[in-house]
Amino acid sequence: MSTCTTQTAASGRRLDPLLLRAEFPILEQMVHGHPLVYLDNAATTQKPRTVLEALERYYERDNANVHRGVHLLSQRATDAFEAARRKVARFVNASPQEIVFTRGTTEAVNLVAQSFGLQHVQRGDAVLVSHMEHHSNIVPWQLLCERVGAKLLVIPIDDRGVLELDALDRLLSPRVKLLGLVHASNALGTLNPVAEVIRRAHAHGIPVLLDGAQALPHAKVDVKALDVDFYACSAHKVYGPTGIGALYAKKQHLQAMPPWQGGGDMILSVSFAGSKWNEVPFKFEAGTPDIAGAIGFGAALDWVDSVGLGAIAAHEAELLAYATERVRELPHVRLIGTAPEKVGVLSFVFDDVHPHDVGTILDQQGVAVRTGHHCAQPVMERYGVPATVRASFAAYNTRADVDALVDGLRAVREMFRV
Amino acid sequence: MSELRDLYQEMVLEHARSPRNHREMPPPCHHAAGHNPLCGDKLDVYVKLDASGQRIEDVSFRGQGCAISQASASLMTETLKGKSLPEALKLGDAVHQLMTQDDAEADGLGKLVIFQGVRAFPMRVKCATLAWHTLRAALGNEPSTEPIVSTE
Repeated sequence: MSTCTTQTAASGRRLDPLLLRAEFPILEQMVHGHPLVYLDNAATTQKPRTVLEALERYYERDNANVHRGVHLLSQRATDAFEAARRKVARFVNASPQEIVFTRGTTEAVNLVAQSFGLQHVQRGDAVLVSHMEHHSNIVPWQLLCERVGAKLLVIPIDDRGVLELDALDRLLSPRVKLLGLVHASNALGTLNPVAEVIRRAHAHGIPVLLDGAQALPHAKVDVKALDVDFYACSAHKVYGPTGIGALYAKKQHLQAMPPWQGGGDMILSVSFAGSKWNEVPFKFEAGTPDIAGAIGFGAALDWVDSVGLGAIAAHEAELLAYATERVRELPHVRLIGTAPEKVGVLSFVFDDVHPHDVGTILDQQGVAVRTGHHCAQPVMERYGVPATVRASFAAYNTRADVDALVDGLRAVREMFRV
Repeated sequence: MSELRDLYQEMVLEHARSPRNHREMPPPCHHAAGHNPLCGDKLDVYVKLDASGQRIEDVSFRGQGCAISQASASLMTETLKGKSLPEALKLGDAVHQLMTQDDAEADGLGKLVIFQGVRAFPMRVKCATLAWHTLRAALGNEPSTEPIVSTE
C-alpha cells in the first residue's frame, strides 16, 4: 500500500503526512482537551494499523512456538518469524543468517560486549566510544572494561555536536579492540559520518559497532556498503513494537563468537558432558523469542518501504528546518546540537525555565515532548545543562505540529512571565 | 490551564526565581546529597541543630532543578527554622500526603499548602519531594543511597 501522493525530483517521492496520520489510530485522541501532538518519536514512534493488525493476526491465527513443533501452527509461526528476519536483513542489506533478534538495541550492544568483547578485549586494551553516546553504548563497555581491566576511551565532539575526526585519528591504536559509535545521536540529532569512521578504524584493524536505534527510521542503512562489523537497532523506533530489535553482525564474527546466553533453541544437542551450539544466528537466540514482536518488526519495515524511507527522510528534514527556524525566534532559547547533518531531533533549553517545567506546560496543551537527560548524561555535561527539551519528528508529523509546539513554548514564557 | 495555574502559583514561581537559604553551610552540620536520577535534579541539604540537638537552628540547600523542586526546597528551609526534629519530619510526611492523597489534611502546613497543586501532576511529585527526602537523609533517619555526612 502506498500513501504517497506526488513525485518530486529531489526526494523521488513525497509523502502526505495527513494521509499517513489516518493509519495511526493513537494519533486521533485528545490529550488534556487538545488534539494530541506527538513529538516524542526519538523515544518511541507510534505504530501504524498494519503493524497492529500483524500482531493481532498472529495471536488470532498462528500462535505457536517456533523451530519446534511439527504441527501446522508451529510451521506458520516459524515461517512468519523467519520471514520477519529476512525483512530486517533486506532492510539493512544483510543476509538473514547475520540477523540476531534481540530485545532491542541495548540488548544487542550487551550481546556484543559480553560475547565478542570478552573474547577480544583484555587487560590493558581499550574500547573507544564517542562523547555523544546513549548510556546503552557506554555502560555495556564499562562493565566489560571493569571486568577485564581495559580502558574506555572517548572521542570528543565540538560545540555543534560534530564528532572530532582529528581526535579520532589520535585515539586509534593497536590497544583499541573495538569502536562503538552512535549512528545518529538521540540527544543532539547528529548524523555521524559513519562510513568515514569505519574506514579509519578498519585501517587500524579495529572492528566497529554502530548503535543504529535513531538512524534506522531516518537514514538508509546498508551494512555491506558501510562494511560495518555490528549494527544494533530497535523495532519500536521505526514504527514497530517495543521489546524487539536486532543485531546485525558479520557472519564470520557470529561464527567465531561464543554464545552469551544458554537455553533452548540455541543448541544442536545437549548432554551433561557438554552441548553443541546451534548454527548462527540461532546460537544467540536462547529461549522462546518475541515471535509476535519480530513479526510486527517486519510489518513495520514493510510499512516504511511502502511510504519510502527517502520520502520520510525528506519530510522530516523539512520539518526540522521549519522547527529550528521557529524555535530560534523565541527569546532565551539555546539549541543543543547544531550539526550540519542531523536527523529530525530538535533539542533545546531556555536559559531561565527548566525543561521539566516546559514539558509539563506543553503536555497540558496536548504536546508530547521529551524532557530530561535522554539517557545521555555525558552529552548534557558537555553542554553544561542538566536536561533539555527535545522535539523529535516522524513521518506523520506536520507543520501544524511544529506550530502547536511553538505556541506551547510561548505559553511557557507567559506562565513564567520571562 | 487552571490546573497548571494551581501548580505554578505565583509563590512557587517567585521562590524558584529567588530561592531562600540557597547556600552551602560550612561544617559542622548534617548534610546529604539528594538526586533524582529520572530527571537529573540534584540537591544538597544542610541542617544545623541547636545545642540540645533536637531543634533545627539553621537549614539551607544548594542545587539545580525545575521550578517545583527549587520552590519546594526554598519553602522547606523557610518553614523548618526553629522546628523540633519530630515536627520537621511530621511536616515532611504531611507535605507528601498533601501531594498524593485526595483527603489529605492541610491544617498546620502554612505556606506549604500551595503544593496541593502538585496532586494533579503525579509525574511531578518526585520533584517536590526531593528536598524533603534529602532532609530526612541528612537527619539520618533513614538510609540514603548518598553518603550521609555528619560532623557534629
